[in-house]
Amino acid sequence: MSDQDDDIILSELSDDDLVAQMFDDLYDGLREEIEEGVNILLERGWQPYDILTKALVGGMTIVGNDFRDGILFVPEVLLAANAMKGGMAILKPLLVETGAPRMGKMVIGTVKGDIHDIGKNLVSMMMEGAGFEVVDLGINNAVDKYLDALEAEQPDILGMSALLTTTMPYMKVVIDTMKEKGIREDYIVLVGGAPLNEEFGRAIGADAYCRDAAVAVETAKAFVARKHNRIAARA
Amino acid sequence: MTRAAEDDLDDAALTAEGLSPGGAGRVLVLACGALAHEITALIRANGWSHLDLQCLPAILHNHPERIAPAVEAALAAARGRYWSVFVAYADCGTGGALARVCAEHGAGMIAGPHCYAFFDGLDRFAARDEITAFYVTDFLARQFDAFVTRPLGLDRHPELREMYFGHYETLVYLAQTEDAALTEKARAAARALGLAFERRFTGYGDLAPALTRITP
Repeated sequence: MSDQDDDIILSELSDDDLVAQMFDDLYDGLREEIEEGVNILLERGWQPYDILTKALVGGMTIVGNDFRDGILFVPEVLLAANAMKGGMAILKPLLVETGAPRMGKMVIGTVKGDIHDIGKNLVSMMMEGAGFEVVDLGINNAVDKYLDALEAEQPDILGMSALLTTTMPYMKVVIDTMKEKGIREDYIVLVGGAPLNEEFGRAIGADAYCRDAAVAVETAKAFVARKHNRIAARA
Repeated sequence: MTRAAEDDLDDAALTAEGLSPGGAGRVLVLACGALAHEITALIRANGWSHLDLQCLPAILHNHPERIAPAVEAALAAARGRYWSVFVAYADCGTGGALARVCAEHGAGMIAGPHCYAFFDGLDRFAARDEITAFYVTDFLARQFDAFVTRPLGLDRHPELREMYFGHYETLVYLAQTEDAALTEKARAAARALGLAFERRFTGYGDLAPALTRITP
């Protein structure tokens, strides 16, 4: 974003200017600068959760919006995500130590026959950034792998991803199996991937289709809040 | 079979702009630009003078959500000018949207999920069930940089290669023609992506019978 990045000494910036600069550095995919910015904010006494939400997630949200609006493209988003990952690697152990708020738990994986995981990885990262615990099953997941993970992890949310029109119907196999076993209503099911749309999400019986990682986070938050409200009302 | 591109078609133009119809035949073949050489070769070899070839930009391959709207616009523009129209696309990642457009316009299309499948043969391709294969055809081997290297930013950021191709194992070159230089180009593409290389000669596969079935 800036042509003068070489002249900027991050440690000399005020907190507000540093966060603004980290937004720029995330946008430009500068991992080392993001790692340096995170460490400076930690030294200044910032809580890890505040760094994550205000500097990293805030910056990544701008990246996501510009991707949605056709200003940024996949390579730039991947570079930004890589930079954010650098910052998160520093913060993750500290978040556990400092008891950062937990929003809920998600099991996520790319469906059987599909090895594409860029979108899924972005969602995982942004969900973690939003305070969700994420159990990532990786790629090429058969229905049994999803069901085993649901039983073992007891998450709030199941997320499924697919890039191919030939593999996305498998999401329905998973949801139908959950129905057969009587566990469909125990979980929030979110689906995503380039060839999907809302109509497909509805048709296969998912709770929601999520267009991108930012939408996935907002949708997850809304559904988890609703679920908690239902539980509270019953209590 | 010799090199298909014994024609005056320009690959860069086929990628970005497509090909305007020549206007001679009574049946329009509305094709992906990536098939222009092969369809031209088949038309010449078989003397199919009833066919007129028009191509949409091959780069739509990278944006499958744009294929059905682009085909629909071209079908609307061609209305009344031909006896019939055949759409030389398979589903091509449109998730059935292209089939719906073709049905609405009474146009035929090629069966199968994509050109890799119909070049290889639908049954054979399905039986292989290869999920870690990255396919290129003659056209894609020639236009590898335009379809892969530049759009994915690998020319500027080679460090992204693992994020894109980390789960792939083999670049499979589905060869429509015998062309040693093109095979070397495909092999170089495999090297650039860090993948093993395999070449399979397919010829024109199911493309020839699909076009043969078009009657004037």
